[in-house]
Amino acid sequence: MRLRFKRRRFGQIAIATSLGTILGSLRSQTQSQSASAQSPNSSSIVDVKLRVNGVEHALKIEPRVTLLDVLRERLNLTGSKKGCDHGQCGACTVLIDERRVNSCLTFAIMHTDAAITTIEGLAQGDNLHPMQAAFLTHDGFQCGYCTPGQICSAVGLVNEGHAKSDAEIRELMSGNICRCGAYPNIVAAVRDVLGGKQDAAI
Amino acid sequence: MQPFSYKKAGQADNAVALVGSDDQASYLAGGTSLIDLMKLDVQTPQQLVDINPLPLSKIERQAKGVRIGAMARNSDVAYDALIREHYPVLSEALLSGASPQLRNMASVGGNLLQRTRCYYFRDPAFPCNKRIPGSGCPAIEGYNRIHAILGGSDRCIATHPSDMAVAMVALDAVVQTQGPNGGRSIPLVDFHLLPGNTPERETVLQHGELIVAVDLPTSNFAKHSHYLKVRDRASYAFATASVAAALDIQNGIIRAARLAMGGVGTKPWRAHAAEKLLENKPVNQTTFQAAANAAVAGAKPQKYNGFKVELAKRTIVRALTTVGEMA
Repeated sequence: MRLRFKRRRFGQIAIATSLGTILGSLRSQTQSQSASAQSPNSSSIVDVKLRVNGVEHALKIEPRVTLLDVLRERLNLTGSKKGCDHGQCGACTVLIDERRVNSCLTFAIMHTDAAITTIEGLAQGDNLHPMQAAFLTHDGFQCGYCTPGQICSAVGLVNEGHAKSDAEIRELMSGNICRCGAYPNIVAAVRDVLGGKQDAAI
Repeated sequence: MQPFSYKKAGQADNAVALVGSDDQASYLAGGTSLIDLMKLDVQTPQQLVDINPLPLSKIERQAKGVRIGAMARNSDVAYDALIREHYPVLSEALLSGASPQLRNMASVGGNLLQRTRCYYFRDPAFPCNKRIPGSGCPAIEGYNRIHAILGGSDRCIATHPSDMAVAMVALDAVVQTQGPNGGRSIPLVDFHLLPGNTPERETVLQHGELIVAVDLPTSNFAKHSHYLKVRDRASYAFATASVAAALDIQNGIIRAARLAMGGVGTKPWRAHAAEKLLENKPVNQTTFQAAANAAVAGAKPQKYNGFKVELAKRTIVRALTTVGEMA
């Protein structure tokens, strides 16, 4: 128990530290992007309305901006992560109309009529979503970078209703890569929620 | 990524008019292949016409089979009750491809048109006859483990990456299109082109021609079908070799056979000669082995993919064995 507690604390510190680094690089990225955004003609910037986690946002963006970049760089929803940026790692997974998708491989402008849910929109106030709680209970992560994508993907998996066994959970979570190899604990977390176990709460 | 202008199309007529009148325009469907390649500067359309709003997502029973709308998502087709019951090979092929997230986005039409995973094609730092006609093919002299052993030319040996198309070509699927000059029906077996001297031309589609549906005919073999995919990891990888097999068996004799391969050909590869060897033969390993030998008879392996010849044969025998054991 103590060991697990320590590891979790360590994980939280590591996440906080890496968040700081990410935020720092994000600031410089945003600056360089706004500079390059002036090169194409300004008429290419269009009005786009997005509904994310129940909140409407009115944005002025170029059509080429991916949903992931809007979430992270315009809406400050940095839970969704940019891993490979090519749909291969799953770190950017969000739910669009309750279906899991790679937000890096879709343009924000394509989703003006949709309900988008990110990791930030899963909890109800201070109550974690059962999948978030299950990931904590089972230590379904180490560094945490893939975790928001894993959790959104797992919520999508439950919505879809096709996974009945551990083998099927593994297969249907295969779009989410965990560099730390926390797979056994991720499967345990998903299994708990699928089985309707409520003891996932911490 | 290069900037582009964007329009949403609500009707197919409107979409065809928008793309047909602009040779720098492309359709945007699920986006999982196109956006990936736009990020790599492999594809640089100046205008995208978003066809996601088109009412083309239905999967419907018809008098002589099933019609799948071009915008039906891969996951919806894979889990559709009609498809699972009557065309199991298609459901299995779809579920063996990509990831759940990608399948939720990818469309049927887009899947047929997805581009090769050849790493020289995907990297603009290299020449590639498919990307820049006449620039050369580094894969032929280079690292070609993932490349084709069937259908290649001295200009291109890139494989077609789709699993879905392999199942569909085995099922005698027919592609329905709508274009600036009207609509047409194209048997899927004739839809993709061999690279020959023009590897930049991958299908018979004209500019602006839109896939609106894929029809699967009724048959006696479709229900007894199976897709077997062999790859470098257990899930979420492209085929090293894959086989779609369907058999109509009566009293232990094969009355009709369909056999297609993925991961080994420059297009979804229908093995006609192997099918002929299966027909009117008893269901046994001798029959299956003869078909497997015929399927790879014209293979031209490259330096690093010679293993695919034996792998394809074994995959065929195993897939046929599975179908032969179905009730």
